[in-house]
Amino acid sequence: MSLFGFSLKPRRAKTAQTAKDRLQLLLAHERAGGSGAADFLPQLQNDILEVIRKYVTVADEDVEIRLQRDNAVSSLEINIEMPADSGKKPRS
Amino acid sequence: MTTQMKEKPPLGQIIVITSGKGGVGKTTSAAAISAGLAKLGHKTVVIDFDVGLRNLDMIMGCERRVVYDFINVIQGDARLKQALIKDKRLDTLFILPTSQTRDKDALTKDGVEAVLNELKEEFDYIICDSPAGIERGAQLAMYFADEAVVVTNPEVSSVRDSDRVLGLLASKTKRAESPEGEPVKARVLLTRHDQTRIDKGEMMTVDDVLEILAVPLIGIIPESQAVLRASNVGTPVILDEPSTASMAYEDTVARLTGEEVEMRIGEERRPGLFQRLFGRTS
Ligand SMILES: Nc1ncnc2c1ncn2[C@@H]1O[C@H](COP(=O)(O)OP(=O)(O)OP(=O)(O)O)[C@@H](O)[C@H]1O
Ligand SMILES: [Mg+2]
Repeated sequence: MSLFGFSLKPRRAKTAQTAKDRLQLLLAHERAGGSGAADFLPQLQNDILEVIRKYVTVADEDVEIRLQRDNAVSSLEINIEMPADSGKKPRS
Repeated sequence: MTTQMKEKPPLGQIIVITSGKGGVGKTTSAAAISAGLAKLGHKTVVIDFDVGLRNLDMIMGCERRVVYDFINVIQGDARLKQALIKDKRLDTLFILPTSQTRDKDALTKDGVEAVLNELKEEFDYIICDSPAGIERGAQLAMYFADEAVVVTNPEVSSVRDSDRVLGLLASKTKRAESPEGEPVKARVLLTRHDQTRIDKGEMMTVDDVLEILAVPLIGIIPESQAVLRASNVGTPVILDEPSTASMAYEDTVARLTGEEVEMRIGEERRPGLFQRLFGRTS
C-alpha cells in the first residue's frame, strides 16, 4: 500500500529472529544430551545430599537446584539450607 | 482485597484444555488462559501433559529454566516444589513442564492424581494442557478434571474430534465414573475463527459448530497474527500487546471465573481492512 506512503509491515521489532535464537539455544542443549542437563539432575542431587550428610544433617527439601541456560554457559545453582546448629564443626 | 483472597482456601479447580485433533490451539489457549487467570490474582498452575513433546515451556518463555519435570515428580526423583517454575511476569503463575525424553507411559493415573491433589492444596486453578489424540495421554489429562475447555476450529475434522472428546469427557473421567456429583462441565472454545472466510461461506459459523456439538460456548478466538508473534517471544498472547486474540482470551477467562460477558467476535483488521475498503479480494 505504497499509496499511503507507508507500508503495512510491522513497525515493531522483528520477533522471528527472537524465535530462531531461542530455538537454537534450546536445541543445542537438547541435542547435546537428552533433554539437556535435566536428566542427570535427580542423581546429582542425591549424590550431593550424600556428601553433605557426611558432615551435617539436612532434609531432602532443604536442597534446591536451579538451572539457567544461556548462550555460552549454563549455570547450575545449588542451594542447601543448613540448620543453624548442625553446621558447627569442631574448630580445631 | 488480595489479602482477603489469600485467607480463603484455594479453589483447586482442575480445567483440562483438550481437543482430540492436533494443532488446533490447545497450548496457545492453555498458556493464555492460565496467564489470564493469574493476572486476575488467582493462583494458577499450568501443566504440560504432552509427554515427549514439551512445548508449553517455549510458549510460556521458561524453556531455559526447566530443571525437573512432571515425570520426575511422578517417579519420585524430585519434589513438586522443585519442579514448579515460577513465572517471571506474574507471581501468581506457575508452570509444571513435562519431560522431553520420556513417553506417555511414564504417566500413571495414581501419579497424576497425587500431583493434582498436592496442587489443589495450593492453587485456585490447575490448567492441564492435553496432548492431541484420544489415547492414554489425553485421557489422563482429562481424567481428574472438574471442567473442560474443548478447543475447536470451525473445520470438519476438528469438530468431529471434539465430538469424540466430549463423549470421553462424559464417560471416561473420574466425575463420569462416580454416580453422585456433577459431570465434567464441558464448554467449547472456538479458535482460529475467521470472519472473512465465514462471510464468504468458506467456513462454518459459530452457530453451525454449536448446533453440531450441543455444548455451551466459552469463547471465540479469532485467527490472529498476534498468536505467532507471542509464541516467537515466549509470551502468552494475553500478556503481549493487546490484540483481537488477547481480548478474546480475556473474555474467555472472565467467563471461566463465572462472570457473564457478552459474546463478541473480534476480527483482525490487518491487512484486510485496506483491501476491503478498496473492494479488493484477498
Ligand atoms: N487464534 C490463532 N490465530 C492464529 N494462529 C493460531 C491461533 N491459535 C493457534 N494458532 C497457531 O496454531 C498452531 C498450533 O497451536 P498450538 O500449538 O496451540 O496447538 P495445539 O492444539 O496445542 O497443538 P498440539 O495438538 O500439537 O499440541 C501454532 O502455530 C499457533 O501459533
Ligand atoms: Mg499443544
